[in-house]
Amino acid sequence: MANKKFNIIKSTCIPIAIDNNNTDNIIPARYLAFTTRDPKFYGDAFMHDLRYDANNNPVPDFVMNKPEFSEAPHEGVHEIIVGGQNWGSGSSREHAAWAIAGYGVRVVISSSFADIHRNNLLNCFVLPVIVSREFQLELFDSIAKDPQTIVTVDLPNQTVTNEATGHSEKFDINGYKKHCLVNGLDDIDYLLTQKDKTEAFEQTMKKY
Amino acid sequence: MNTLFDKIWDSHVVQVIPDGPTQLYIDRLYGHEVTTPQAFDTLRDKGIKTFRPDHVVAMPDHNTPSDQQEVINDPIGRKQVETLANNCAEFGIKHFAMGTKDNGIIHVVGPEKGLSLPGMTIVCGDSHTSTHGAVGALAMGIGTSEVAEVLASECILQSKPKSMRINIEGELQKGVTAKDVALYIMAKLTTSGATGYAVEYAGSTIRNMSMEGRLTLSNLSIEMGSRAGIIAPDETTFAYLKGREYAPKGADWDKAVAYWKTLKSDDNAVFDKEVSIDAADIKPRITYGTNPGAGIAIDETIPTLDGLSDTEKVQLTTQLDYMQFKPGQKLEGTPVDYCFLGACTNGRIEDFRAFASIVKGKKKSPNVVAWLVPGSWLVRQQIIDEGIDKILEESGFELRLPSCSSCLAMNPDKVPAGKLSISTSNRNFVGRQGPGARTVLASPLVVAASAITGVITDPRKMM
Repeated sequence: MANKKFNIIKSTCIPIAIDNNNTDNIIPARYLAFTTRDPKFYGDAFMHDLRYDANNNPVPDFVMNKPEFSEAPHEGVHEIIVGGQNWGSGSSREHAAWAIAGYGVRVVISSSFADIHRNNLLNCFVLPVIVSREFQLELFDSIAKDPQTIVTVDLPNQTVTNEATGHSEKFDINGYKKHCLVNGLDDIDYLLTQKDKTEAFEQTMKKY
Repeated sequence: MNTLFDKIWDSHVVQVIPDGPTQLYIDRLYGHEVTTPQAFDTLRDKGIKTFRPDHVVAMPDHNTPSDQQEVINDPIGRKQVETLANNCAEFGIKHFAMGTKDNGIIHVVGPEKGLSLPGMTIVCGDSHTSTHGAVGALAMGIGTSEVAEVLASECILQSKPKSMRINIEGELQKGVTAKDVALYIMAKLTTSGATGYAVEYAGSTIRNMSMEGRLTLSNLSIEMGSRAGIIAPDETTFAYLKGREYAPKGADWDKAVAYWKTLKSDDNAVFDKEVSIDAADIKPRITYGTNPGAGIAIDETIPTLDGLSDTEKVQLTTQLDYMQFKPGQKLEGTPVDYCFLGACTNGRIEDFRAFASIVKGKKKSPNVVAWLVPGSWLVRQQIIDEGIDKILEESGFELRLPSCSSCLAMNPDKVPAGKLSISTSNRNFVGRQGPGARTVLASPLVVAASAITGVITDPRKMM
């Protein structure tokens, strides 16, 4: 997570059109037994069991292995995932967000996210962007027609634009979290500055 | 006018950040070995201590083997379990070590030790933290960054979810358990039907449900997307908690119960969504696909492709290809290879009683491997005290040691590729019980009946 600060991301996309793409898919449980924080370790495990077969050979049909989508993300290239509905359901494992961030992805676009995973993405400085179902399907369609389709995600203005069609949507994010992302700030650092309030609150709590 | 959820939430609000989330105070943090190591690293990086160590309880459960607990042979899992022990010692946190009588699956141990109490806010880096909502607590799964936040500040930042009440009325039919109720609701609402909501379960079916049943139901709330599944505490709750190791005692108990009795949704409370379910409609259930919402009654057939959109057809076909099932197929009578009783969903005493009620006097099918794994050492002791272990043994089953076991393939209990498992766990995802493993979710009664016959079996035929 070298680059934590957010502004405008303009990039080609990886379409992962799997609905209910649960966090077990995003990173299988066996990668959870490690105590490392190495982003590359988790990035290499991203979507592992769909990307690789039992002998660790790439599955040619899987989207991330197709020549047009296999290039590792870097500025302007594959920094955005367009995912299926109910992205990140199931297990609360933040390892799923580490895998996405570790692979180099900055933004995940979907029509719906599971609640815990969405928070985890934000805490890992990956922006979850919720769009309408129509916008999501149009994006899949644009990318299918032209894998070089550019999407612009403008956090300050809270807009997402499919540059192939020119269609744009507003997306929601609260002002606090936007401030955190634009400035690369963690929740934990904020909470540590609020300890006086927390201690004062503890004095008011009734014990039964 | 308030819902039960509102009451607990509101009493834990430290502040609402302008145009931002709520800073919510946390009464109890549970930690296990898988989702805490990097959180402790964060504290070390920042040079900070645990803010309220007495609020935190940790125990290993995911990596612990169920056949022996002298040693974890896998060096990676062993290191993770040792890391938890070391971190707990360094940060002054209560730790229930593997193999000790205190240990077990967090979501089984917390309620049975009286560590999870009505009115509390409870979090853990584990989506099945929703389990603890069954005692009338606001309990939610969180990520590892948030675990670090709670260790450091006893708070998390959350936006308040919408409210949903699921009312279940009437008496459950013969052979129908809390697990079937949950699988039925999931199939009705889908795996994302409660995303963005905190669910309260209410109605006469819930009021008549045992604490173990309620824990099973709340456990599965996350499988329809709800982070929380809360049930108003009542006499069943109080009777369950009274005398538990960490529950209040004496005058404190009386004061606590007086407060707990106020923890219910007001008569005129308004929910963002209400769902009504007739208990009479629920039969023993099984899943056929690779998400827990893909389920049917055991005597029904898998849906056909008729009338589905192209996207839906692809979705169903993909799931059935993995499961090696066909559209329209009846699953009753399908041979199974593995039977699993346990997990935070169904690893409690009542689940073992139910299993034993079916297998008593019969013999395990020689064609199945059966893993019977209590959720805690307390549960295991009760199984022995009640003589259930003898019934299981006479029927050819072995009682194993407390662990998450075959729920998620992080310990030796892995289902081999291609094998079909009928399981009381909570997720039938692709590869969940082991790479390539195929999972059918069901109740302890269905798993017991299937373990005897060697094929998916309706337990009502054996009752």
